[in-house]
Amino acid sequence: MDYLLTEEQIMIRDIARQIAQEKIKPVAAKYDAEGIFPWDIVKIMAASDLCGIYIEEKYGGTGGGVMELVLATEELSKACGGISLAFAATALGTFPIILFGTEEQKKKYLPDIAKGKKLAAFGLTEAGAGSDAGAIATTAEKKGDHYVLNGTKQWITNGGEAEVYTVIASTDRSKGPRGAAAFIVEKGMKGFEFGKKEDKMGIRSSATRELVFTDCNIPKENLLAKEGMGFIVAMKTFDQSRPGVASQAVGIAQGALDLTVQYMKERKQFGKSISSFQGLQFMLADMATEIEAARALVYACARMLDSGNTKVSKDSAMAKLFASDVAMKVTVDCVQLFGGYGYMRDYPIEKYMRDAKITQIYEGTNQIQRSIIANHLIKETASK
Amino acid sequence: MNIIVCIKQVPDTTNVRIDPETNTLVRSGVQSIINPFDMYAIEEAVRLKEKFGGLVTIVTMGPPQAEEALREAISLGGDEAVLISDRAFAGSDTWATSYTLSKAIQKIGKFDIVICGKQAIDGDTAQVGPGVAAFLDIPQITFVKKIEEINIGSTPAPQGYGAGRVPEYQSASVEYIRAERMTEEGYDIVESPLPCLITVVKEINEPRLPSLKGKMRAKKIEIKKLEAKDLDADPNSLGLKGSPTKVVKIFTPPPRKGGQILEGEVKDICGKLVELLKGEIL
Repeated sequence: MDYLLTEEQIMIRDIARQIAQEKIKPVAAKYDAEGIFPWDIVKIMAASDLCGIYIEEKYGGTGGGVMELVLATEELSKACGGISLAFAATALGTFPIILFGTEEQKKKYLPDIAKGKKLAAFGLTEAGAGSDAGAIATTAEKKGDHYVLNGTKQWITNGGEAEVYTVIASTDRSKGPRGAAAFIVEKGMKGFEFGKKEDKMGIRSSATRELVFTDCNIPKENLLAKEGMGFIVAMKTFDQSRPGVASQAVGIAQGALDLTVQYMKERKQFGKSISSFQGLQFMLADMATEIEAARALVYACARMLDSGNTKVSKDSAMAKLFASDVAMKVTVDCVQLFGGYGYMRDYPIEKYMRDAKITQIYEGTNQIQRSIIANHLIKETASK
Repeated sequence: MNIIVCIKQVPDTTNVRIDPETNTLVRSGVQSIINPFDMYAIEEAVRLKEKFGGLVTIVTMGPPQAEEALREAISLGGDEAVLISDRAFAGSDTWATSYTLSKAIQKIGKFDIVICGKQAIDGDTAQVGPGVAAFLDIPQITFVKKIEEINIGSTPAPQGYGAGRVPEYQSASVEYIRAERMTEEGYDIVESPLPCLITVVKEINEPRLPSLKGKMRAKKIEIKKLEAKDLDADPNSLGLKGSPTKVVKIFTPPPRKGGQILEGEVKDICGKLVELLKGEIL
């Protein structure tokens, strides 16, 4: 389908595609098996100017937005949904600065991220605060010209590898979500340590670690927005970043389908390619249609965000929900179409199924997405 | 440091087909790419520029569509692009091509080094690089796998440099290159004054991928065009007229017939083998 991309968007897509096919594909299985963080690929992305495609030119980027981000994430994810995350999760960690940062904060942090010198990460989730993000227990106590952070963030993508972290902590736990604030924390600040590296089902080349704060002093200049705004910072960030997760899901699904079509043409049973069997053809057709529908939803949502529309929570949730459910369904079917070989680690397809699963869980489980969508529907009806 | 890179647009042979009737390449519908060895030449030039400063000028001789190859080279880090294109160049063999390229390079102006891929994957002659050097009357180092050192005057030549070889090299101000040249047995270390021409092999580097800023620049860049009249060239040395090569016949060599396998104990078949060798082969 022709999505009427601009020339620059086509360039971005082509560069990301070339990196994915020539550089990521050959290492994806090894990095998955051994849990290797893809610094070599990050360097290639940086040299190709991909790291700044969603950052304004005056901060060292190339001035694109969410659309550019999703185009690149999709292409990278076709080759590996884990490796692409070093890039996509940096966007998640950077959006709070783009959306709420002061001029000084932007000047300080965005150029190095745009050049790919530094990765970023976002820290909200805790052991006791996942979907219930208001229940965070990490505290930030104001003392003179700084805040003192205490607590532990869990399952933080790019944890340990990133230099810049946006962390949500509570300045007043009695206020619940309204007591939260967002802070920019740099790797190496005293009292900021990393916990264990998680052993995951999929996206294994992505680093997922705890962030442990023990009397960590943060200069007050590193507060994003205002005290009490932390929850809003998180929610607005997710509005921007959910199409990114959705595009990761679309990429994983498309990558799996591409491999499956190729395999089905080669695999012979009953003296014929299995791609000649109508029952299996119908599965392919359904998968291709669902992926295209997911892509169309993701692109529409990305464009809506880039147009400056702020009422995007529902659409953003729909894109993330639909694309990730499609990715899961498609990858399960792709493993099925590979038959016994699909279940073997010697073949690349089972990895896609493992990688797809997380897209239904993180950045808000798909059940939370449904709640967001339904709440908006009900509110919209009430206001009519 | 000014660097000139000569590139060639070639058919992508990874998916090329042969017409079974005529035994020639089916050119229609085949994608054109930059000759893969030239990609290493571009990369090496860009690395030299990043180290020493200066300009990388990409030059190609070919039909108008060779402009695509030039733009791709710009997206990989080239600064300027020159397309040498004219009907008068049609039918050029390696001699006429080398002559034309050398005339164009003289037109472009001062340079410190010319870099070419070791050969093109369509003709496979490896003659054009050396030919250009000969017409320019500059030294050449072929099959370079590593540039060990380049002195462009800003740093003094190392102690003992050139000792016992060419006397003028002993001057500290001489501009020179020292490179490892791949041979079948290993490699030679060759030194040459600059300007010179080198041809490179794939061992020399790993070409980078295009960058977004490079692609945007490539789209906008004005490509300088040179025609026959722009070169101070002898018209009789251009194109088919200037090409001494005559292609007498093109054919596919007959497939090798399978060998004969002698079976049995060594002591039994040795004698038979000797007889066969005497009779049929020797």
